[in-house]
Amino acid sequence: MTTTPAAATAVEDLAGDGTIEIARQRHTDAKKAERKLGLMLVAPAVVLMLAVTAYPILYAVWLSLNKADLRAPDDNKFIFLSNYVTVLSSPIWWTAFGVTMFLTVVGAVFELVLGMLLAIVMHRTIVGRGLVRTSALVPYAIVTVVAAFSWRFAWTADLGWLSPTGSAPLTEFWPSIWIIVLAEVWKTVPFMALLLMAGLALVPEDLLKAASMDGANAWKRFWMVTVPLIKPAILVALLFRTLDAFRVFDNIFILTSGANHTSSVSMVAYSNLIRGLNLGIGSAMSVLIFITTGIIAFLFIKLFGAAAPGSSAEGRR
Amino acid sequence: MRPETTNRKLMWWGVNLVVLLYAFVPVVWIVSLSLKNDATLNDGNYLPVAPTGQSYKAIFSNTDFLRALVNSIGICIISTTIAIVFGTMAAYAIARLDFPGKRAIVAMALLISMFPQIALVTPLFKIETAFGLFATWPGLIIPYIAFALPLAIYTLSAFFREIPWDLEKAAKMDGATPYQAFRRVITPLAMPGVFTTAILVFISCWNDFLFALSLTSTKAARTVPAAMSYFTGATTFQKPTGPIAAAAVVITIPIVIFVLIFQRRIVAGLTSGAVKG
Repeated sequence: MTTTPAAATAVEDLAGDGTIEIARQRHTDAKKAERKLGLMLVAPAVVLMLAVTAYPILYAVWLSLNKADLRAPDDNKFIFLSNYVTVLSSPIWWTAFGVTMFLTVVGAVFELVLGMLLAIVMHRTIVGRGLVRTSALVPYAIVTVVAAFSWRFAWTADLGWLSPTGSAPLTEFWPSIWIIVLAEVWKTVPFMALLLMAGLALVPEDLLKAASMDGANAWKRFWMVTVPLIKPAILVALLFRTLDAFRVFDNIFILTSGANHTSSVSMVAYSNLIRGLNLGIGSAMSVLIFITTGIIAFLFIKLFGAAAPGSSAEGRR
Repeated sequence: MRPETTNRKLMWWGVNLVVLLYAFVPVVWIVSLSLKNDATLNDGNYLPVAPTGQSYKAIFSNTDFLRALVNSIGICIISTTIAIVFGTMAAYAIARLDFPGKRAIVAMALLISMFPQIALVTPLFKIETAFGLFATWPGLIIPYIAFALPLAIYTLSAFFREIPWDLEKAAKMDGATPYQAFRRVITPLAMPGVFTTAILVFISCWNDFLFALSLTSTKAARTVPAAMSYFTGATTFQKPTGPIAAAAVVITIPIVIFVLIFQRRIVAGLTSGAVKG
């Protein structure tokens, strides 16, 4: 692209008449038209995305600096950072924050290990490959709420096939947390595995064979050849899963409704809106969650240097 | 390829079986619950002893559920259609045209796909109430489109980069009009990508719970996942377990069938934008 004007000038010098001038004019006109068309084509998508995300988040910043309680609508006033003080000094918020972090980190570890195993199975299996790949998509495709109900009923006393007699795991803190981890991991391992499998497909067979000739066993080949080569795929998958896990809501809502301190930050923000009707506090939570997400993404990109915006992506809910 | 021994094949069938169990155990359980009747519901058996269609009869005569089903189908189809139209336009521009701000748009789409939706619930609730969009179809459709667009743009532009666009030029040289070249040459090449993206976008709308729960308050726009969490038994003494299970199966079946038929395409679509963009 950048060489085109220089080339045009060189030709002009040789010919020395008006035709090149016209050609160049046409060329810039075409460039202009292309720009205009490009902007027109992206406009609807960009406007819509900004209207639904950027505008509300700015509005949330403004609301979070105000006393905006729906139960006292006439009492709206600017109170600067008071809402943040209220949220950040509340044990409910910090418990939820701890729960969310725990679910995110533990979930990501399980998902990475199991996702890698599943990816290897899907990549390497010599029988029934289509069958395995198709069934692995089932947890991905199922509505989260449906899967959550399945786990809840399975662990409900006197109803479920998994529930131990004489105890109700979903009424205690740690059993609830582990069931939430189970539900999250079950649902998202296939997505992780697909991303990792796409990475595995890029590892040259010859390289593995050469390593094998040099005496590397399967374990060594995996760590010394495969892992370094698919590192970008691993990082992208981890980044997306971490940010997704931080938003955990559906599973907790259905499994425990946040009982026994099992609320995530999303659950707390939701209950505040529905039960508390306090938009100021809710917006402060929104802004805090938004900032935390930003920090996680920033740390990932800084620490690992991969997954820069534009190099790769996959949105998912 | 070296000859595979029977032992290795058996070993892989064993591994495959573990994957099948992993994927299907929770699914079969919810189907099994939906087929139990009141007497056997609490027997704790994994499979129903005497399957009945009682719960299905109950939900299909429940107007709230039917309304939610209509809402789910309508809202997801409209959102998917609009997201695909806007997404195709944007993805074509990103894959094919040179214009300023392209990188910024790609980065923005990436940021939005990582966006914590809960952060929008409180402000959107307020904004939608002010515009009269709260608890209406457009009130859900607009956020669904906005969050489907990054997925659509990424997946589609990855597909569009693979299309041999020179064929269009070749068709024009052979005397085709620009419209004919687009309609006869490019459209058939682009359709599989568009179709795959539509399935992925539809699944993500169908799956949504948070917006459906917090941006609706009546059955006018409540979708099935949200409606399920409000299910109550026919009488105060009856637990809604059976009907919830039946509703769960009803909204799961179409998606599972989609996935079974289009497995190959969905895998391609999910991974296309992810590894080398």
